[in-house]
Amino acid sequence: MMRFMWTIIRRDLLLVARQPAEMINPLVFFVLVIALFPLGISPEASLLSQTAAGVIWVAAMLATLLSLELLFKLDHDDGSLEQLLLAPYPSWSLVLAKVFVHWLVSGLPLILISPLIATMLFLPSHAVPALMLSLLIGTPTLSLLGAIGAALVTGVRGGGMLLTLLILPLYVPVIIFGASSVAAAAQGMAIGGYMALLAAMFVFALMITPWAAGAALKL
Amino acid sequence: MSFTLSAMPHLLCTSDLACERDSRVLYNGLNIAVKAGELWHVKGRNGAGKTTLLRQLSGLHPVDTGKILYPKESTKVIYIGHKLGLKEQLSADENLSWLVGLDGSSTQEQRYAALERVGLRGYEENTVAQLSAGQKRRVALARLHLCKVDIWLLDEPFTSLDQQGIVDELDWLNQHTLSGGAVLMTSHQEISLPQVKVLDLGQYTALSSQWPQNEGVPLV
Repeated sequence: MMRFMWTIIRRDLLLVARQPAEMINPLVFFVLVIALFPLGISPEASLLSQTAAGVIWVAAMLATLLSLELLFKLDHDDGSLEQLLLAPYPSWSLVLAKVFVHWLVSGLPLILISPLIATMLFLPSHAVPALMLSLLIGTPTLSLLGAIGAALVTGVRGGGMLLTLLILPLYVPVIIFGASSVAAAAQGMAIGGYMALLAAMFVFALMITPWAAGAALKL
Repeated sequence: MSFTLSAMPHLLCTSDLACERDSRVLYNGLNIAVKAGELWHVKGRNGAGKTTLLRQLSGLHPVDTGKILYPKESTKVIYIGHKLGLKEQLSADENLSWLVGLDGSSTQEQRYAALERVGLRGYEENTVAQLSAGQKRRVALARLHLCKVDIWLLDEPFTSLDQQGIVDELDWLNQHTLSGGAVLMTSHQEISLPQVKVLDLGQYTALSSQWPQNEGVPLV
């Protein structure tokens, strides 16, 4: 089974390498939203540093959502999803492999660029580790939860809007605790509790979503 | 060979298999027993459920009524449908590599040899997007030469192949059945091989017409 998952991971990474736009799109979106935000509100440092945590988290969520629709859709359209489902391995392993690549391509770059973004929004520098840690735990959760929606709208024409409606409620708790953890760190408070909750959500999503999305793919 | 065809083991059986789509019965009470060495030509008019039958047998389409049995343990099945499952951005060789890699492994030499057998020598490193429809079909069919599989389920495998391609493919089908495999395929073309058995899905829809049309058809 490891070889099955590794085959999918290697194939999907190769596909991303052939079409780097797929990887850069969510990142560009993330940076643009955050760069435009101060233009719309006010460039005042005190205001920005207060709102930074929420803005970064919401932008990260939207960037993830943007790339989710294609998670299974391309495979469905060219028939390779059929071949993946026909392999004699449980469908959750296929979901897990695809979600891993999705996170690697859309989540990880956000985390790596987040210190720069944080500086742009005057987030206190002592809150940056908390931001990165919360994104590190939170973005895979977003990818995992999104996989359920992506699997359900696979094969539905114009399923993007439906996907957003399905998934957004599930994202709310992750956003709340993710953004609050960064805000708490900015005020110098302990973030252990927030991180524990984020980690709990991640573990829960890791256990439930590959199985649920795998079942949805077979519909 | 000391044994005759009738002594060959069963590879696939169905019992009372039925399929209903959009409250229309496509086929009903389908009982077939596919033996090693047989080539089943599934026939029927458009919309008779040929594709659905192959998808049910492969496990892609859910089975609500009836049963599908694979008597031999760990029977391996390959399904090649209308959608070939090839990634346009990847080369022919890379596509074969991941397709075979899902449940097995292959070396580059083996993949090149398989591509040569389907007449794609020199196209190994071309991306699939650059190939013609017939060549894409050939890439997908090259998989048949790389996997040791008992049953081939092929949906319209002659589509967009040239005449020589069809002759070649008939030869592969022949060799596969002679070496103890089985094939179930749909095609609107006649297949002139001695081991061909014809399954006309039209016969199995006839069964359902005895039910009153307006109330829908009870399946159980």
